Amino acid sequence: MKIDSQHFVQNARIALDNQKLQGALSRFADAFPKLRQQACDGLPEFRELTDIARDIKDHTLENLDFYLEMFEARVAAAGGIVHWARDAEEACSIVRSICTDQGARLVIKSKSMVTEEVELNAALEEAGLRIVETDLGEYIIQLRAEPPSHILAPAIHLTKEDVAETFQGHHHDIERGRGPVERRQLVEEARLVLRDEFLNADVGITGANFLVAETGSVVLVTNEGNADLTASLPRTHIAITGIEKVVPTLENATTMLRLLARSATGQEFGTYTTFFTGPKRPEDPSGPDNFHVVLVDNGRSAMLGTDFQDMLRCIRCSACLNHCPVYHATGGHAYGSNYSGPMGAVLTPSLVGIEKTGHLPNASSFCGRCEEVCPVQIPLPKLMRHWREREFERHLAPSTMRHGLKAWAIIARFPRLYRWVLQRAAGFLRSRARGSSEDGTGWISRLPGIAAGWTRYRDMRAPARATFQKQWRSGRGEQA
Amino acid sequence: MQPKRQSVALFVTCLVDLLRPRVGFAAARLLEHAGFEVVVPPQSCCGQPNYNGGDRRGAIALAKRTVRALEGFDYVVAPSGSCAAMIKRHYPLLLNQDERYATRVRDLALRTHELTSFLYEVAEVHSVDAELPAQASYHDGCSGLRELGISEQPRALLRTVHRLELKELKTRDVCCGFGGTFCVKYADVSNRMAANKTRDIQDTGAELLISGETGCLLNLEGKLHREGVPVRACHVAEVLAGMAEVADEDR
Repeated sequence: MKIDSQHFVQNARIALDNQKLQGALSRFADAFPKLRQQACDGLPEFRELTDIARDIKDHTLENLDFYLEMFEARVAAAGGIVHWARDAEEACSIVRSICTDQGARLVIKSKSMVTEEVELNAALEEAGLRIVETDLGEYIIQLRAEPPSHILAPAIHLTKEDVAETFQGHHHDIERGRGPVERRQLVEEARLVLRDEFLNADVGITGANFLVAETGSVVLVTNEGNADLTASLPRTHIAITGIEKVVPTLENATTMLRLLARSATGQEFGTYTTFFTGPKRPEDPSGPDNFHVVLVDNGRSAMLGTDFQDMLRCIRCSACLNHCPVYHATGGHAYGSNYSGPMGAVLTPSLVGIEKTGHLPNASSFCGRCEEVCPVQIPLPKLMRHWREREFERHLAPSTMRHGLKAWAIIARFPRLYRWVLQRAAGFLRSRARGSSEDGTGWISRLPGIAAGWTRYRDMRAPARATFQKQWRSGRGEQA
Repeated sequence: MQPKRQSVALFVTCLVDLLRPRVGFAAARLLEHAGFEVVVPPQSCCGQPNYNGGDRRGAIALAKRTVRALEGFDYVVAPSGSCAAMIKRHYPLLLNQDERYATRVRDLALRTHELTSFLYEVAEVHSVDAELPAQASYHDGCSGLRELGISEQPRALLRTVHRLELKELKTRDVCCGFGGTFCVKYADVSNRMAANKTRDIQDTGAELLISGETGCLLNLEGKLHREGVPVRACHVAEVLAGMAEVADEDR
């Protein structure tokens, strides 16, 4: 996975200065929480369902080997093949082999974050294959050679004008200046272009929203129907996904589905929700001749039994991104990881290590809105805090912050020292105040060191002459 | 003979101690009016900066100190949802493995409350004797809102303040960008969050911003002042205690 999280601060600043991006993000930030709220209000048992969903995932993760082997056996019984990929490289090489064995030239894909994670497209292109993304958002960013900025809505950072310009630049039969501009026209344009690709593709690659152990089924949810075409028109269907996507039963899968679309887009159900089981049977009118499932570990099994196991409950609904004020401010690209927002802040370090991704779990105000909306109750702030603890232990946190916190822990352990330090701090702040600081009405507009982060954007009212504890003791005559 | 009054240890929080002493006095006045004996035991920081900064060991040391400092009182009350939540929700997680502290920390967690929820739910104070002719918006601190369910209690009390009119923000459940050290570590992002909030505050037309969280107040007050927006910021305790319009010298 390509990582550029080291530059989060710089990337965030660029994003904050990009007016067009900010416009797109603010529309997104207004719309998605409202849609989810309406959908949840319409389902009184939503909260209880999240208890059940959490328990289903916890049970599955405690018995992951058992359910994965059951899934493998059921896929085989239905005539499909399960492949196990330890890491990104293995995942790519398995898919590449399947494609070359088929003599494939054109591969179509429906949206899959795992293929972004393992950088499958690049690996297949290297092998001489042509790859076409068929999810509209993915298709747009593929043309623009950009990574997704959101796990569910990969082109959410773009406006319709951007899309019109992109199509104008890449679809050569569009007459100059006469291309589609309105939403409906843009969708129609993409539909026309993609239709031929669907019909001519040799291999269709999809992700999986869930895997059902008891039936060997791959569950796919889209609003465009592109996954259904991708999985059923080409001769070969390859579903590639993480090992944590398995659930034991069909009943379990339907419970998760009731939460997924409501959490993601505020829909009661995805427009197209399909269970794919094995290749085409003799009595089926259509379907692929070959059915492969590639189960990717790539760091996931190492999370089992650790503080981060809860993260494996994630169903990639994106509710945490949709409600995150940091994500709303910066968009997804600033995170420098395919997985952005709160879920990415926990998952990315788990997959690639904390060394390069230290900003991700730190760039959070711990407002807790992500945890509140998570349909599988992942305690995201707590898990981010665990990453901060790892950084602190391993001396990866910035040294000013580390030494500052250590000093604070010592100062605050001794109340007299603490009171002395606070009194000094009050004096210092008053000395920095402008205006009539003698009577405490002055304002501070410039502070040194780490506090400069405060005064870069805000003022601070000068404190009173004495701290509360000092005033209280002198006023009330209480003992120290 | 009067029955002995129940005791409340007022845990003022570092920010109030250093930057907003008047909030501590307002809280004390409200608690005394509610019939409690208010004590301010020698105190320092609850350890939240260390806890959220990854310094678990430092947080545990400060948690132990605070547990010891706050023993022997019927209740502990803080004019802050986030510091109260630190004690109530996070201390038990930090100290439950420690034999000497496991029981004591559970006991402290049960006795500890945020100010407005304590007044409304424990002390059953459902109205206050205060007047403030103003239109005000109310900002919910995230920790209090999500970890302690504090949202209606301060509003219910504020509605009884004579001549005060509440104008709700559109983004009631969205963070203001304070987040402790977050606001200086990620100042650019924090600033955007604060600016979104001050825009919302201005849109309500209110001339006063009230919150139960001093960190949020400092952040928003500082942002409003930098933007030149004439909206004052007050802690809910100051408003409820009738101390929102006292001269600055007394802060």
